[in-house]
This record gives sequence, C-alpha cells and structure tokens, in this order.
Amino acid sequence: MEELRNKAKELLAVGAVKVVIGYGKGTGDSRRPIFVRSAERANDLVVDAACTQNLATYLTKAEVRALGRMAIVAIPSTLRSILQLAAEKQLREENVLALGILDGKLRELATFDAIEEAVATIPDAISDADQKLIDKLTAMSVTDRRAFWAEELGRCVKCYACRSSCPMCYCERCTMDCNRPQWIPVASHAIGNLEYHMVRAMHLAGRCVQCGTCGTACPVGIPVHLLTFFAEQSVRRQFGQKGGASAKLDYAMSTFKPDDKETFIR
Amino acid sequence: MAEQFEPKITAFVCNWCTYAGADLTGTSRIKYQSNVRVIRLPCTGRIDFMMVLKAFSRGSDGVIVSGCHPNDCHYTSGNYHARRRWMVFRDLCDFVGIDLERVTFSWVSAAEGAKWAELVNDTTNKVRALGPYKEIQQLAAVGID
Repeated sequence: MEELRNKAKELLAVGAVKVVIGYGKGTGDSRRPIFVRSAERANDLVVDAACTQNLATYLTKAEVRALGRMAIVAIPSTLRSILQLAAEKQLREENVLALGILDGKLRELATFDAIEEAVATIPDAISDADQKLIDKLTAMSVTDRRAFWAEELGRCVKCYACRSSCPMCYCERCTMDCNRPQWIPVASHAIGNLEYHMVRAMHLAGRCVQCGTCGTACPVGIPVHLLTFFAEQSVRRQFGQKGGASAKLDYAMSTFKPDDKETFIR
Repeated sequence: MAEQFEPKITAFVCNWCTYAGADLTGTSRIKYQSNVRVIRLPCTGRIDFMMVLKAFSRGSDGVIVSGCHPNDCHYTSGNYHARRRWMVFRDLCDFVGIDLERVTFSWVSAAEGAKWAELVNDTTNKVRALGPYKEIQQLAAVGID
C-alpha cells in the first residue's frame, strides 16, 4: 500500500499523470473509487482484498478524461478491460498508465503489450459461487429457469447501475435510451426487464471480462452478471475467442468463420 | 367442440433468398398454412435479436428466421454474421427460459418454394401443439407499452 501511495505521489508531483483513479475508504469496510489529483491526497489510496470494483469504467468518462493523463489502480479484471477498450479504439496508450495490483504487488504497466503479458499468466476463472449458480441453472428445466429469472428480474427497478458500472457499456447512445423505435419500455416492467437484461448480455458477449462488477452494483441483488458471464462463455465455447485478452481486436461477434458449426438451422 | 388454436407465427426473412423463395411457393401454387406473417428485411444480418424478442412480446406464438444459404448471401457475408449471432442468442434464450421450440432458424433459397411451404407447415403444427405462448404474453400484459 505504501508502495502505491509513493508511486502515486511521485507520478502526480512530476506531472506524469494528472489523476490517479484508485480505491479509497468507503462506508464501513467497503471501498469506493477516488480520484487523486494532487500528491498530498495520495495517502487516501487504499489497496486490500475489499478492492473489487472494476475501475476501468471511469477511463471512458469525459469528465475524467478532461483531467489529463490517467493512472489507474488495476486489479486483473481492470487490466483486461483496458485491453478490451484499447482493442475497441476507446483508449490510447499514451493516455493511461496502469498500476497493476498483481498478487498484492505493484506493477507499473505503461504499454498495452506489457498489460497483455501480465494478464496472460493470470487465470480468469469466475468465482466458485457464480459457477455453481450457473451450473445449477443450466441443470434446471427451461420452465424453472424462466421462473427463476422472472422472480429475480421482477425486482429490477431499471436503475441502470449494471450498465453504468460496466467498463464496456460506454456507448453514448444506448439501445435502452432509444425511443424511436422504443426497443425497451422505459418503465420497469416484466417483459421490458427481461428484454433489457438480454440486450445487455448480447451486447457484451465476446467483450465481457467477467469482472462481475454489474452484479455487485445491483442495488436489489439480482445476479445480472450471470447473464453476461453465460453469454461470454457461450462465445468462448463456440468460437474460441474471449474478451479482454488482447489490445488487438478479436471480437467474436464482428467476424465469422465460414465453417462455424451449429446444429439448429434446418 | 372448442375452436382449434391458431398460432401467430412471425417470419423474419431476407429479401434475396427466402422472400423470393416464399414468392415462388405462391407462384408454384403450393398451399401452406396461413398463420405466418412475413416481414421482409434486406438480409439476415439485419435481423436484430431484439426483433425476435419484440415479436414474442407483441403476441407471436412462434418465430421463423430465414435467409440465404451460407455462401449465397447477396451481401457476401450477412448470413455468416447472423449465424454467429443466433448461436449465442439461442444459448442465452435457453438460459433465461425462452422456449427454443418456438424459434425456428432456416436457410431457404429463392429456388426452394417447396421447402418454405414445408417449413411454415412444420413450424405452425409444432407451435399449434405447444399452444399459445402464455408465459411471455402474460409478462407483456402486466406492463405499460
């Protein structure tokens, strides 16, 4: 932690970066994102096991970008998000400096190649609890699955926290906000909620880095991250491509192979 | 005797192959069931998965998605892109509990008038046996639209 604070101080003091996006003390034991803009405030930075939010979502925000070159405290999923954003031409190498926290150690990663190398060695399996729930759901009958999601999504209040917290949901004009045609009803209602979450999952398939921040952000505790995880895993299984592995574009849904194998088209 | 249930089937078809194929069915005087509503789009690549969801929420009991065979796309690769999309979409539909029996994907070329008739008949019979898609229609009914 001291190492990170000193690094942040040094970077801010010499003006190498204008802002350090990191974790600070939140309510109770929780952590919240902070934006450190002067060396004096660098002591507010915290690094521990409670730092789980994917901060990469702030890298595409105009308010943050306007500050200047950004340094970001990056857990493995954040590093993957940076690569995916880079692949989608949303991030320039010279605008971002990743302060990777890998196995509790600080690693300064200034280039996308360095990030790529660093994440290649880290397994990106999802948590056991999430995998168990996905396995449980896939083992259910389709009727039970529908009942499960009807129950869960019935609580959705359409606050769009899942969308806002996702580093990959950076579109300035989103399908959700489109009202001509109105794809998704504005009000929170059963069919609209289902459609909303399916759209989110489909648009993230092949781009999701499986950080799970959307699920954590949900104020009513819907496991929305399972939908994006599932769509991402479907892509990985069928096309062997995955989100956040490289800064070179490898987006499964924007390409195809003439011999893609399916079994359902008659 | 109770009236037989007549399902509403929405068909999203591409302009160049399946729409022409369905036209051929007509000009060949092949009879098929009239439950299908055909929506013509430029290409299967243009068929957003949202359209399928919308069809269900607006009262369709079944959906057909059909376009050119691989290698035959008027725009070279639209159907390949569509195929990838459906491969993931079907997985996801299954995961959230949408009945895959009600969504039929097919390749029907402009020369396959008979295949179109067969496709519509098979799908209609299958969906008729399944009954109205109450699960989705109930969800849609409670909302404001």
